[in-house]
Amino acid sequence: MPGKLKAKIVAGRHLPVMDRASDLTDAFVEVKFGNTTFKTDVYPKSLNPQWNSEWFKFEVDDEDLQDEPLQITVLDHDTYSANDAIGKVYIDIDPLLCSEAATVISGWLPIYDTIHGIRGEINVLVKVDLFNDLNRFRQSSCGVKFFCTTSIPRCYRAIMVHGFVEELVVNEDPEYQWIDRIRTPRASNEARQRLIFLMSGELQRKIGLKVLEMGGNAVVGYLQCFDLEGESGLVVRAIGTACTLEKISSTLPATATHPSNSSPSKDMKDSPQAAPSTLGCRSTHSSPVHSASSRLSQGFSVSVPTLLFAGMGSGGSAGKEGGPLKALLRQQTQSALEQREYPFFTLAAFPPGFLLHVGGVVSARSVKLLDRIHNPALGNTRSYKLLDWNSFTADEPETRDAWWEEIRQEIKSHAKALGCHAVVGYSESTSICEEVCILSASGTAAILSSRFMQDGPLDTEHRFEEVVSPGCGFCHIPYDELNIPFPAQLTYCYCCRRYKVPDVLFTTIDLPTEANVTGKGCLIQARLCRTKKKAQGEGNATVISNLLPFLEYELHTQLMNKLKLRGMNALFGLRIQISVGETMLLGLASATGVYLTALPSPGGIQIAGKTPSDITYEQHISNMQKKINDTIAKNKELYEINPPEVVEEIIGSPIPEPRQRSRLFRSQSESSDEVSELDLSHGKKDAFVLEIDDTDAVEDIHALLTDSPTPAGFYSCNTEIMPGIQNWTSAIQMFTSVRVFRLNANLTNQGLNKIFSDLCENLLKSLYFKLRSMVPCCLCHLNFTVAIPEDELIQVAVTAVAMSFDKEQLLENGKQSGEKTLIKAITENDEQLQFNLELNAETSAPNPLSSPKGLSEVGSHLSARASSVDYSSFADRCSSWIEQLKLKAHTIRRGSVKTTSSMEKASPLPEGRSRSLRSNRSYSGSSVAVVKMTPLSFIPGAKIIKYLGIINMFFIRETTSLREEGGVSGFLHTFIAEVFAMVRAHVAALGGNAVVSYSMKECVFMENPNKNQAQCLINVSGDAVMFVRESELESTSVQTQSATTHTSNGAEGT
Amino acid sequence: MSVELDVFVGNTTIMDKEVYQLWLNGYTVNDAVKVRIEGGVMEECEASAEVLLSDTMDQYRTFQMCERLLHHPAKLANQLLFQIPPDRQAMLIERYYAFDDSFVREVLGKKLSKGTKKDLDDVSTKTGITLKSCRRQFDNFKRVFKVVEELKGPLVENIRQHFLLPDQLARDYAAIVFFANNRFETGKKKLHYLTFQDFAFCAGQLINNWTLGAVDNIMEDMDVDLDKEFLQELKDLKILITDKDLLDQHKSLVCTALRGKTNVFNEMEANFKNLSRGLVNIAAKLINAKDVRDFFIDLVEKFIEPFSLCLLYMGVIKSCILRMYHD
Repeated sequence: MPGKLKAKIVAGRHLPVMDRASDLTDAFVEVKFGNTTFKTDVYPKSLNPQWNSEWFKFEVDDEDLQDEPLQITVLDHDTYSANDAIGKVYIDIDPLLCSEAATVISGWLPIYDTIHGIRGEINVLVKVDLFNDLNRFRQSSCGVKFFCTTSIPRCYRAIMVHGFVEELVVNEDPEYQWIDRIRTPRASNEARQRLIFLMSGELQRKIGLKVLEMGGNAVVGYLQCFDLEGESGLVVRAIGTACTLEKISSTLPATATHPSNSSPSKDMKDSPQAAPSTLGCRSTHSSPVHSASSRLSQGFSVSVPTLLFAGMGSGGSAGKEGGPLKALLRQQTQSALEQREYPFFTLAAFPPGFLLHVGGVVSARSVKLLDRIHNPALGNTRSYKLLDWNSFTADEPETRDAWWEEIRQEIKSHAKALGCHAVVGYSESTSICEEVCILSASGTAAILSSRFMQDGPLDTEHRFEEVVSPGCGFCHIPYDELNIPFPAQLTYCYCCRRYKVPDVLFTTIDLPTEANVTGKGCLIQARLCRTKKKAQGEGNATVISNLLPFLEYELHTQLMNKLKLRGMNALFGLRIQISVGETMLLGLASATGVYLTALPSPGGIQIAGKTPSDITYEQHISNMQKKINDTIAKNKELYEINPPEVVEEIIGSPIPEPRQRSRLFRSQSESSDEVSELDLSHGKKDAFVLEIDDTDAVEDIHALLTDSPTPAGFYSCNTEIMPGIQNWTSAIQMFTSVRVFRLNANLTNQGLNKIFSDLCENLLKSLYFKLRSMVPCCLCHLNFTVAIPEDELIQVAVTAVAMSFDKEQLLENGKQSGEKTLIKAITENDEQLQFNLELNAETSAPNPLSSPKGLSEVGSHLSARASSVDYSSFADRCSSWIEQLKLKAHTIRRGSVKTTSSMEKASPLPEGRSRSLRSNRSYSGSSVAVVKMTPLSFIPGAKIIKYLGIINMFFIRETTSLREEGGVSGFLHTFIAEVFAMVRAHVAALGGNAVVSYSMKECVFMENPNKNQAQCLINVSGDAVMFVRESELESTSVQTQSATTHTSNGAEGT
Repeated sequence: MSVELDVFVGNTTIMDKEVYQLWLNGYTVNDAVKVRIEGGVMEECEASAEVLLSDTMDQYRTFQMCERLLHHPAKLANQLLFQIPPDRQAMLIERYYAFDDSFVREVLGKKLSKGTKKDLDDVSTKTGITLKSCRRQFDNFKRVFKVVEELKGPLVENIRQHFLLPDQLARDYAAIVFFANNRFETGKKKLHYLTFQDFAFCAGQLINNWTLGAVDNIMEDMDVDLDKEFLQELKDLKILITDKDLLDQHKSLVCTALRGKTNVFNEMEANFKNLSRGLVNIAAKLINAKDVRDFFIDLVEKFIEPFSLCLLYMGVIKSCILRMYHD
């Protein structure tokens, strides 16, 4: 009995009137944990009851502590009839299980009802006494810290990065159980909410166990998702990066050179993670879904052919001077990583020196048919029962696990093809429509330093010091120049002039803080809509998988064009979302474009007409050309892209370039037309040629030009930080905006594209207008999600944070960074750039999971068309697409270095401070503590001094009086506001004053206006933290919480 | 093709003061958009009419959601649904409870009943204030009235505490409540020239001097009702006009007090008896509720009018004589 959970119900306020006669309520509270329930006394006739209950004590296993939420139900006592429920509060007690997180949960929490929303608040106190348990075979993983943040949390230091952890649990969806037909919507919603709470808890515990096995103590970049598969069940899955973190204490200097030998390398060998037999430990969560159709689903495990990007020059494979130097360092790392099943990292930003080279984006998709539950009566007896599906797994070999395994294998092989041993910025997602499910995974192939690997050689640090590169190292290609996996035009690095870099770089990670960047970045989006025929089952899956490669290819083309149009050469934070509906597919790619100083300047875009005979047509073309040139020039000015002039003579043209011009292909355009014979390059070596050979192309170019620029004073990006802006003020405003658009039937692809594109553009315009009072400001971490809730509806949801900055200093900084860029042209150690000699052998090995024949045909056909490079040796890999990129590695985050040092100041604060802070708040009367929310991992102008635990909440809201609640907009507006309120309240109860790395991972909205009904599910997550303003830290070490509250209050005003 | 759903929710609730005022003024969304376009916000921010419409709808929805909180301003501070900085909260409350002088003149002293509310469309037509805004203002009066009606202690203070209003606004509400409670007639044509602030000043005087709260500081009763005992005693003032000696004494005292302090002193002195009678008659009748209601009209009819008639007469005569008097 390793734990005692104690809860005390203090009071309620703002309760709803439950008795019409007296206009009052006779409220009491039920406190439930596991199967134990306690009740308070009835507090008669009050809307503000004071229960002041005793401490209710639950003696429980720590396993249960991790899985179960504390469930508090507020009821209205009724003498003659059944008691009416007012609402519920679920409290995740996980933060209390970790000594470094929160110690008590105390505060006003909203009482939530799935039909009525928030109905008053309840004041509770929750504590946990944990007994030490040294049982080696324990099932719990108390004490493992979880972070949503995709970088090393601000007040910790990474000692070791162990690697990828994943887990999934499956259950039936209560909404689809037979009992749902006879129970109320409220009961059904609550069953669902509770189930997902349980499943999340279980998932977290299991992931924690894996982390402990690996010798870690934390999960960073924890990403948990739900798949609502309808009748076939409900999947909760999570991925993350296991790490060993150490809290930065005041006494230790905040350097990153911590001895890495604290953990014996022997552990590594024993770790089951290293052994290939991981299947054993993952068998616990096989799918409950019971299906005879394993054949069927196997038939449709269609991996989507991946595109090789043809946009970047067809020549450049000639450089021979990269000799076969041996990189000891790299091999060591590689061998370390190769022992791992998946060398994946969900991190998007890295400790200094971790990321060495970046190869490019790797992604894989696969279309699956969801199995049906053949025995619906099952739900009857098994409702809520978890963990016990093993009995059904025997005859169900095809599980969700296997699906993901397939995809991950594919990703792994793509990374290898790029000469990389690891994948960073890794994420997984699904899109489900009826019985078809698209699984997607993407990440950035990279080469990492062994520095944070468990078995890294002890002398790595020295080695590392030698190879530090000044902000361009990550851009240097990791792959073999002689055997480039895709056509790329290589040049010598424009910073160090020693190593090869590609002409364009795409990545899914954040821009490394120390990257040399010219000018500012901006959000770049590619949007695409494709109609498809309605179909069922296998036919549908085939149609979708046939469409996917085209969709991806066009998205990529759009991205590339828009990137060129802005005069930039690299994309960060690339996220491509494909959403599937009954009659269409939606693709949305978002990324932040920047100009990396190390990469060559992008050429312009050239338009080539197909039939040069007609004079008016020529005229038209030249007009468009002029427009494009003007736009590029304007953009360069807008984003302050004026790279330092490069003196070509220093090295000379580094690479023999048989064809000095790149061509841009559209998937439909007949690239066989040999327009390429025309020399349109204007003497500029890498101009893009855009062929106008059909009306589509003309439309596309128009679309290209209609992307409206951000209004003056605004910048936007979808990454954590915006290059060129550092001096943030403390004014931040997080927001969520949702739009649903109804389409007319019978739209063409072009029409759909236009509508979809306008929808996104208009949404952005609205955001700029709303936030105009914050100018100058940057919308950071703009995260778009698209969905097709039903036929003819498109839903776009955006969550982002607007941050104001100081304009004056901006200019100054711009100058400084420009200077810095120049200074940084330092050479790198020869050792760093290595070519993996084994690459060939490995990559040409047949991929056992390669896609079915038909599809690989599509893939190879496509790539053959797309490029003149010989692809035959890569045909096997066609089922993944690869983008290339280059990133500098070692010195990753200027910000984090800075944080570290100021953390020294933060730490010496007296221990008792947080406590006094809390008491001040609880007793300070009426006013509500301000809680900041941000999707970023930091708060400008403030130091995070404590992480209080992960926030992971799932809510359902339903209404049968849609009109009365203000229609769909009114309903959703209220619901989102309620979700924010509940997140803030729980953070405040943990003793925090902010949520960082906040994200809304799910927003499923369904309506039936005819029946006056609507339902919405929202899943949010983030890290609860306590921060103090930097100014306070500096001013005095004797702070009072009231001061903190005061400043943050003031800062919140916008 | 249409936008079916469009919401924006900020962690800190974003509220535009200008749009808030338009909402308070009862503009429809479309009218508000027109006003905003005319105001030039579009050029300023490179926005389109579409964007403006979306923003206006969103703000209106936010205000509607906040409205029930504004009915109990104290709740606004400790509710959790909207994170609103304190200065914004104060602004929201103050503007929500602000009213138009022209509107309040129409309902001042009327019973705050459903009947009066039904007549608001007439008031709306007459004043040019939208019906929606009229209703909000009327409901505010009624809400404040209901809350403080039964409360003990000083009226202004009660209002300030319960509705978190700034001092001046709280005093105005005190006047409105006081007038409504005592049903003073203010709508007669003869009273039209008086502004709300005139009445508010008078109300302040009455509250401070003629109510129970004013008499003893025990705060046992409220400021809303006139002190009945006091009104009863006013009857005794009749002696000031019936008794010749007292009348003279009264006159000499008043004249001593006012000499040199008013430029109509002579006229006042000359008509003292009539004036005094008018005042005493009003005072003596105040014990009847009906006469309390007519307090202001009586003051005008029985005192100010005769006196100003006299002044007018005197004034004209004086100027005529001065003109005719050729030296």
